[in-house]
Amino acid sequence: MRTLTDLSRPPAGPETTDRHTAPAEPRQAPTHDSATLHVTGRARYLDDQPAPVDALHVAVGLSPTARGRLTQLNLDAVRRAPGVVDVITVVDIPGKTDVGPVFPGDPLLADAEVRYVGQPLFAVAATDFKAARRAVALAEVEIDAQPAQLDAVAAAEAEEWVRPPHVQQSGNWQQALAGAAHVLEAEQFVGGQEHFYLEGQACLALPNEDDGVIVHTSSQHPSEVQKLIAEVLGVAFHAVTVEVRRMGGGFGGKETQAAPWACLAALLARRTGRAVRMRLPRGDDMRATGKRHPFHNRYRLGFDAQGVLTGGDITVIGDCGHSPDLSEAIVDRAMFHADNAYSLGDARVTGIPARTHNPSNTAFRGFGGPQGMMIVERAMDDIARHLGEDPLTIRKRNLYRPGRDVTHYGQHVEQTALLHEIVSRLETDSDYWARRDAIRTYNASSPVLKKGLALTPVKFGISFTAKHLNQAGALLHIYTDGSVMINHGGTEMGQGLHTKVGQVVARELGLDNSAVRISATRTDKVPNTSPTAASSGADLNGMAARNAAMQVRERLFDFAAEHYQFDREAIRLENGDLVVGHGENEHRIAWGELIQAAYLGRVSLSATGFYATPLIHYDRTTGQGRPFYYYAHGAAVSEVIVDTLSGEYRVTRVDILHDVGDSLNPAIDTGQVEGGFIQGMGWLTSEELKWDATGRLLSDGPATYKIPTIGDTPPDFCVSLLEGHPNSQASLYRSKAVGEPPFMLAISVWSALRDALSSLADYRVRPALDTPATPERVLFAAQDLRRVPETKTPAETPR
Amino acid sequence: MDDRERLEAEVSYYDPTRQPASPSRRHFLKTAGASGLAVAAAPALSSVSYAGSPDDPDTQTDAPPAEGKQRITLVVNGQRQQLDVAPNVILLDALRHGLQLTGTKKGCDHGQCGACTILVNGTSINSCLSLAVTHDGDEITTVEGLEKDGQQHPLQQAFLKHDAYQCGYCTAGQMMSALAVLQDDDIGTRDADVREAMSGNICRCGAYKNIVAAIQSARSAVKGGKA
Ligand code: FES
Ligand code: FES
Repeated sequence: MRTLTDLSRPPAGPETTDRHTAPAEPRQAPTHDSATLHVTGRARYLDDQPAPVDALHVAVGLSPTARGRLTQLNLDAVRRAPGVVDVITVVDIPGKTDVGPVFPGDPLLADAEVRYVGQPLFAVAATDFKAARRAVALAEVEIDAQPAQLDAVAAAEAEEWVRPPHVQQSGNWQQALAGAAHVLEAEQFVGGQEHFYLEGQACLALPNEDDGVIVHTSSQHPSEVQKLIAEVLGVAFHAVTVEVRRMGGGFGGKETQAAPWACLAALLARRTGRAVRMRLPRGDDMRATGKRHPFHNRYRLGFDAQGVLTGGDITVIGDCGHSPDLSEAIVDRAMFHADNAYSLGDARVTGIPARTHNPSNTAFRGFGGPQGMMIVERAMDDIARHLGEDPLTIRKRNLYRPGRDVTHYGQHVEQTALLHEIVSRLETDSDYWARRDAIRTYNASSPVLKKGLALTPVKFGISFTAKHLNQAGALLHIYTDGSVMINHGGTEMGQGLHTKVGQVVARELGLDNSAVRISATRTDKVPNTSPTAASSGADLNGMAARNAAMQVRERLFDFAAEHYQFDREAIRLENGDLVVGHGENEHRIAWGELIQAAYLGRVSLSATGFYATPLIHYDRTTGQGRPFYYYAHGAAVSEVIVDTLSGEYRVTRVDILHDVGDSLNPAIDTGQVEGGFIQGMGWLTSEELKWDATGRLLSDGPATYKIPTIGDTPPDFCVSLLEGHPNSQASLYRSKAVGEPPFMLAISVWSALRDALSSLADYRVRPALDTPATPERVLFAAQDLRRVPETKTPAETPR
Repeated sequence: MDDRERLEAEVSYYDPTRQPASPSRRHFLKTAGASGLAVAAAPALSSVSYAGSPDDPDTQTDAPPAEGKQRITLVVNGQRQQLDVAPNVILLDALRHGLQLTGTKKGCDHGQCGACTILVNGTSINSCLSLAVTHDGDEITTVEGLEKDGQQHPLQQAFLKHDAYQCGYCTAGQMMSALAVLQDDDIGTRDADVREAMSGNICRCGAYKNIVAAIQSARSAVKGGKA
């Protein structure tokens, strides 16, 4: 650069606020960084990206059989089909054939063994997608079928695991059970969930001039995609660059399971020397990729006359599908949340990752946490029915509190007062008790339509439980016109991460948000990143970006102190200026001027930032530690009305109070709470995965798999963020993560349905209601209850 | 290895100077480039395609349609477009691949998610379910046609104001359905009516509350004829 740009010209980018008229109070938090792109249709998703005209298109041949030996795979006709350019099977993979993310077990293409319906057997690259699809149909596949294990409980009993079981234990649980005034036990099935990210799995691989590839993918974990592609191709990681601009939804479904498709596309791109596009048709996407784990949970818990838990035993069995994938950590997280917000007393919690012949179940918002919480929420309702108390009373008595504030895995729960405050505020704000009375009265005079009400809390642990993932990097550049570019390891899937990280940088540098831009996430900008998952995106990447911004800021302060002879200690950055002094003694240097002077003064205007979460540790051998940096909390009250003769029901009103610490961006956070709740409600009510007896998915499209629509939104839906309660830990500006925790607020809907059902037997029975609580299940539960003789009280487990 | 040897002969290696195989494709690129429509999205690559397929529609105007293709005229966002399409090409692909209007999304490809909603002669349809050849002469509005003279449509402004999206993938479809809903006098004006009428558009991110708010807030501006 010979001359510096003339700063008096208006900037080419989005206009910045006039810094001299900018309000002194904190600026309005910006909306989504792609807001305008979204409403104009200009936001580019994977399949909208241009590619060279001779790009090839891929279709994958999937196994029609759940388990067996591949005895014949004759692809001659496939190869001869019009338009076909390349066909690959496992023997064509030059490097590693296993793409398991943590543990081995995920063959990129099947070898001799077939382990689930939908397993990729071969891939075809053709000049257009239809040709590739037609060619796939010409394959002659013979599989010697063997009996498939599709029952996770049977698998657990037969010790068919993807990983060994794990136990967390505090105190003497047997003694606690033996000495308890009351003991109850129950089982439940908690169904899985299809991600149905609206943009399906997609990628575009471009061969580069040497031995590598550039891959655009819709993935939450570009670094892992890079690693796996390099291993599959047998090249160094630096030969592979992976880029993610944005995803049309991820929800965990693109944490590990975007990688295989990118590996196939990359391999085909290398072999043909041509660009390769890949996009799974929706049906294939639903069949071939893993889902939220279905869980089979059991509890046997003792409690005193007040309904306060004294201890007991909980087992959670996760249906992991055919391979480990992330299942160990997912089952762990189910165990970590088997207490939700309640002290279990002296308890043992056992997690079993069962192996079945299903696609490998994977991350999904909450990562096992929701499934784990379901068992203790069932217990809370059951105890209330047993003692004839209101479920809210029992829940409140069991909340963590001083003296009962250590979890079964040894972590101290710090914000117990906050938990109580959220529950009692929501109790008041939602008018819980008045509505409870009204509902009792209504139900007493309404034989068919029954109303239900429930308040359930959420306490969700924030941090990856795999400690090493709790790190993040960022790369910050300031250009000589003063504009700022920040890259970080997190990916944008609609959660507003880029907006939040941009805000952080703007805040540290005293700039308007529009002065900071975030480009795509790329492995050649920020390396060795963690997945954008575990709600940690803003916590980790925001801190890394802040670290980078602070480094540059310090350099600028050093420079300014010397160059302008300012008092180093009095310098600050605000409203687009470097400022020293106050009132009459105030001096301002405009940001752009400062940057140009610093450039001429040979100050580095670029920095890498880094962050690693402090304090956390967990010892899997003892099942004890502090796996979470902090907990995020919330509570929801849901009201339902059920037609007990048809099982049809409606969620009529929902009130939510949720804790995000000091919110980074209230609009984005509120959206996450609302969206998480709706998605959680779908999981527990209408989204039913159905397989046939041979392991074939029947619910393979939105016609057969019912996702909440706008019509299912509760007509009265009131969401508030808890204010005035900063995070007790030194997180990013004392904010809290918000991606996953609100998902579990939807448990209140399920509990409200059980409440409505139990009114059929005068609130004295503990209705079994597996999930999703479809109208069919609700109807069956109602029929069961009607059969319960009026006088019979449910039997207590003999001790 | 047998498989590998077989492939050696079949794989055609990348030749950057090679012309695309299909002559009509070359032609398409010329016309698309000249139409001005492709300009907004013009990528850095010298020759591009959005789906690169011989099945794709052509926009040639002089020569007769290639064998097996049929010439249709669409008025898309106010511009007349001629396309030669195979009879089995769906309208969504014709728009995305033929006219490079990629704002309209493919969510399920089976008429069940609403991501591909567009207006045809003022009525909203799922463009993934409709064959392009059946739309000869039709007037089509896509999300790209909402802006007029650099002015955002009231619905766009409302979606912006209410943060009515998260990942944004459903947004084009939501806005096009909303436009049809607001212009349909047979649909009531209560939130419940909007929810009922919009229930064909899935938002997996669950931004529904803001979507309803956005639609309701745009009602008077859309009805007031500013649309
Ligand atoms: S893509 Fe057309 S309705 Fe889903
Ligand atoms: S914003 Fe993501 S699907 Fe609607």
